[in-house]
Amino acid sequence: MKELSLNVLDITHNSITAGAKQIDLTLELTADRIIIRIRDDGCGMDEKMLASVTDPFTTTRTTRRVGMGIPLFKLAAEQSEGFLDIKSRINEGTEVTAVFNKNHIDCPPLGDMASTVAMLMAAVPEDSDLNYRFETEKGGFSLGTAELREALGGDISLGEPEVQQWIAEHIREQEQSYTCEKE
Amino acid sequence: MKSLEELKALREKMQKQMNVRDAGDDTVRILVGMATCGIAAGARPVMQAFLEEVNKRNLKNVIVQQTGCIGVCRLEPIAEVFVPGEEKVTYVKLKPDMIPRIINDHIVNRNIVSDYTIGAAE
Repeated sequence: MKELSLNVLDITHNSITAGAKQIDLTLELTADRIIIRIRDDGCGMDEKMLASVTDPFTTTRTTRRVGMGIPLFKLAAEQSEGFLDIKSRINEGTEVTAVFNKNHIDCPPLGDMASTVAMLMAAVPEDSDLNYRFETEKGGFSLGTAELREALGGDISLGEPEVQQWIAEHIREQEQSYTCEKE
Repeated sequence: MKSLEELKALREKMQKQMNVRDAGDDTVRILVGMATCGIAAGARPVMQAFLEEVNKRNLKNVIVQQTGCIGVCRLEPIAEVFVPGEEKVTYVKLKPDMIPRIINDHIVNRNIVSDYTIGAAE
């Protein structure tokens, strides 16, 4: 994975697959850290699965026996001398937290979070919600599928190309307003 | 700065177009593989290129969606195109600059881009 936002796209799909009704994705930027948190109320994992989930030879996919999503995310975090933590309870949900040292030479770029979030919002089933929260030391904003669906009414999907473009641009504008002024 | 009000305006504009779509059942579905393998191989820019091209050409009967692992990870990024009444076409090893041709030749003019299909790659 070339960008952290690609890991986020990949890992958050797991929450959708877990049948979550509420997914909370948080990106926190501090002076020297990037903290990514993905929390869901999906099916969760038992202790045995949780213990082996960072092993590439553990997977729920049926097309092959290898699952690289979590291992790659963990690798990216540890390369920057950060860490990956997963808490999960069966039938209650899962919380994945990844911490990166932003100034470490091996820390991957964050990349295009706006596109990642827009695509995730299109992938969430209609009876589930995804909320994205962006935080910096100067403040932050959030955007959720619930408010977007309300604005669009029931008949327009979040996956429509025009809506996708709007969501990504909106997030980009908001993020820039909190990150660009400091120079 | 974008506001939710703007989204409401977009809704009204789109609702009119939606009625056009509902009238016929000739909606084309494009599925882009978005599992770890697809994403690592570059599926997100490919997905974006599909969305941009559909938007640019104002195509109303096309839905672009994400799917999981299609099963041939070494050929990712992969997209499957479903035209009603026709066999599924699987495009492999996609790059964003290949997408306008797929949209133009296949989706608009209904000529399969054979060079990009799984049959050509195998």
